[in-house]
Amino acid sequence: MTFPIEAIVFLFLLATALAVTHLRDLFAAAMVFGVFSLLSAGLFTLMDAVDVAFTEAAVGAGISTVLILSTLALTDPREHQQPVRFAPVAVVLLVGAALVYGTLDMPYYGDPTAPIHKHVAPEYIEGAMTDFGIPNIVTNVLASYRGYDTLGETTVVLTATVGVMLLLGGLGGARHRGDAEVVEAAGDEEPTPMDRVQVARVSTTVLAPLIMLFGLYVQFHGDFGPGGGFQAGVIFASALILHGIVFGLSSLKRVVSPRFLEIGLAAGVLIYAGTGVASLFRDGTFLDYAVLDHHSAQHGRHLGILLVEAGVGITVTCAMVLIFFFFAGRRAAKSEEPGDRDRRVA
Amino acid sequence: MSTFGLWHYWVVIVLMMIGLYTVIARDNLVKKVMGLNLFQVSVIMFYVSMGKVEGGTAPIIPEQASGPVVYSNPLPHVLMLTAIVVGIATTAMALSLVVRIRETYGTTEEDEIRKLDRAEHE
Amino acid sequence: MTLHLPAIAILLPLLSAPICVAVRHALVTRLLTVAVGWGSLAVSGELLRQALSGAPIHYELGGFAPPLGIEYVIDTTTGYVLVIVSTIAAVVFSFGATTRGAALPAGREHLYYGAMLLCLAGLLGMTITGDAFNVFVFLEISSLSSYALIGLGQDRRAPVAAFSYLIMGTIGGTFFLLGIGFLYQATGTLNMADMAERLASLHRSRTVHVAFGFLTVGLSLKLAVFPLHQWLPNAYARAPAVISAFLSATATKVMYYVLVRMIFTIFGATFVFGKMGMDMALVPLSLGAMFVGSLAAIFQTDLKRLLAYSSVAQIGYMTLGLSFNSVNGLTGGLAHLFNHALMKGGLFLAVACLVYRVGSSRLDDLAGLGKCMPITSAAFVTGGLALIGVPATVGFISKWYLVLAALETGQYLFAGLILLSSLLAVAYVLRVVEVLYFKAPKSPDVREAPVSLLLPTWILIGATVVFGLRTELTAGLARSAAMQLLGAGS
Repeated sequence: MTFPIEAIVFLFLLATALAVTHLRDLFAAAMVFGVFSLLSAGLFTLMDAVDVAFTEAAVGAGISTVLILSTLALTDPREHQQPVRFAPVAVVLLVGAALVYGTLDMPYYGDPTAPIHKHVAPEYIEGAMTDFGIPNIVTNVLASYRGYDTLGETTVVLTATVGVMLLLGGLGGARHRGDAEVVEAAGDEEPTPMDRVQVARVSTTVLAPLIMLFGLYVQFHGDFGPGGGFQAGVIFASALILHGIVFGLSSLKRVVSPRFLEIGLAAGVLIYAGTGVASLFRDGTFLDYAVLDHHSAQHGRHLGILLVEAGVGITVTCAMVLIFFFFAGRRAAKSEEPGDRDRRVA
Repeated sequence: MSTFGLWHYWVVIVLMMIGLYTVIARDNLVKKVMGLNLFQVSVIMFYVSMGKVEGGTAPIIPEQASGPVVYSNPLPHVLMLTAIVVGIATTAMALSLVVRIRETYGTTEEDEIRKLDRAEHE
Repeated sequence: MTLHLPAIAILLPLLSAPICVAVRHALVTRLLTVAVGWGSLAVSGELLRQALSGAPIHYELGGFAPPLGIEYVIDTTTGYVLVIVSTIAAVVFSFGATTRGAALPAGREHLYYGAMLLCLAGLLGMTITGDAFNVFVFLEISSLSSYALIGLGQDRRAPVAAFSYLIMGTIGGTFFLLGIGFLYQATGTLNMADMAERLASLHRSRTVHVAFGFLTVGLSLKLAVFPLHQWLPNAYARAPAVISAFLSATATKVMYYVLVRMIFTIFGATFVFGKMGMDMALVPLSLGAMFVGSLAAIFQTDLKRLLAYSSVAQIGYMTLGLSFNSVNGLTGGLAHLFNHALMKGGLFLAVACLVYRVGSSRLDDLAGLGKCMPITSAAFVTGGLALIGVPATVGFISKWYLVLAALETGQYLFAGLILLSSLLAVAYVLRVVEVLYFKAPKSPDVREAPVSLLLPTWILIGATVVFGLRTELTAGLARSAAMQLLGAGS
């Protein structure tokens, strides 16, 4: 019985969620939010969703937290005091009550006879080995049956990155102003260059290649265990972002130039969609990988899934590093204009 | 079979509502984004808990299975991988807007922004 | 390749967007965007033709039969909305000064065009799909790109408007996701047709009732149904004018379409109107939108904001048509999709012409421009007449069907209210006419906008008259779409 463990995780989740809402020190709230994400990853594991857990840990506790901290470094770390408002409380109570009412006719938690376990899903589970020969059913459904959704998901990543580049497009300007020393994503008000911290330098030098290696493993082992293009992309990106945090933006730019990342960002989506287009020319419908190999449908599917997962991995890596570049570059550009930082209201 | 009941869903709904409250009630824009994240992650929890099958295991087929294996439903997991990506995409976009707002207004508090706008147009 | 037209319709913008990012050349990406716009229109037109001439087109993505895989379904309504969206895309993308009014970082025009193409891909993708979860994915593609595009407005308040839109839009999207989750829990499927089949025996399930509620509220947020419209005026007023033209003419239309799909294809009219009594809620909200939106429009000092409030009112007409649950009502609502897209697209482009020369859309700054910019001003007046619903314009047709739908159910009060709200439109259009023609010009040496701006503006404005005279095209199409929807729902 997993009952008590889940209850304990839920208890911690409630506590951290309330803390995120309550804390007015936004740095602290961001850290607690990271804990919330990590706890939910734990909960997902308990609920057998290992792929979701992996992704949530990498994204929620990793990338999201880095982004929030980067933003706080560019804005204000403290929230103003504010009384409890009653209209939102009423709205929330109403919405919550409606949701609870809706659950009353739902099958109980874990009930194997629920409609969602009887329709569609069994065929995914049966087909995984016979039609695809891929043990990780989630990877399989993600890349094949619902491969079009995943193309959409990769496009969402592209869209967000294009948006961030447009909104925080000062990167070109920042380059000329020499942003080398001052970039540090999770900084205090006074930027402390991490490249003077010996421990951070040494451990990054050791860790980054290992993280990369792990990323490769996650990318190519996604068929057999938890993982896949998205998780691998986030892991790759985190190695590069770590490098950027410790050694500075200009050092990271020597490793990967923003221009190179932009091309990679586009290339990943093009590889994904291109794989789909290839099936059009082989008399299949869009994204039908079975036709990619005329001799064996299963081989064709393996090839297709390998290609689209590679596309996802490339786009996600480039997207995450680019987004980091633009947030961190913004800080570098800003700190060159001291007057700008003092332009407060009150 | 199972008499665990519905309490998992209810706790998740409470988490969702904490997130939703933070989004709609708070003035601080970064806090709003955090609330939005809480809300979205809780919705993901909701889907994932629908997918759980009692006595089931992660939907990865082992090399050698001794007897029939019960798997939890993979489809909600697939959908929620997409939802997590949508979540981080929204967060990135929201935060870059916050950075831009802070640069023009010098604050990230909604009420102060409103005050500044009103002052400009009167 | 005709077999793959549905996939090509989405792939055109979807593949061109990353190409824009990679190519990084302002002119090349600009031309690509225009070509994609017109290409989409050609593909959509052909799809509509095919849908009209026979059974709905089904296209199985990945070669997996639904409900295992995702499919495209194109019936008359789908084809009609695809044509609306791609018409607007083709014309607006061809507009001469697309990036005017956008605070673009230097050398990043290609990203701007990429974002516009992504928005188009999202809108078309949402329309064409037959899978409920897939709607969510493409909804987010179009939403995320529009947040960025709106946030780029030169007005310093543009990022704030984009942020509030993002918050409301994401709450709406997440509500939609929750609704789908509840439906999935009840039916075990994500395919719309399969859902509909399984829902037939689940009309008493409380899970389904709540799913319906969350889907409706989520979509209403994105559609800006009164009183959930607060994000819209700011977003459209502060975005670059061309983006306002594109979004006001497409985004809300597609959301309306998704709402229609949900009501008639997934749940069925009997459930929605009979059991849930949606008309009881929709009628007062629509009337509220018509009056509050028009009244607010009268008191605006900024032309873009005035048009945005007018959009709130016009959305009211569309949802009112929906609430009648009759062929005439739905014909009016659907016809108004196309008609309003033409008028608002044209009007916002006319504003873009004015802004191009004057640099502002504040009414004070536009005084007397009727003499300096006669062609632009004439376009605005013609579009304004269509907005009021004067005969021989498209606005008349949609209102005609709405009044007809009200009269045939004996709701004379509604018919009166529709006419009364049109009087409010007269008031706000006249206000602009007064500013343009009867006020002393601020700077008399303003020149007319260049042809590359005027031509696209007049294509849309001219169409409001052409289709106003040749009613069989839009009204006929809307009518057969409405009959197909109602036939499927019963």
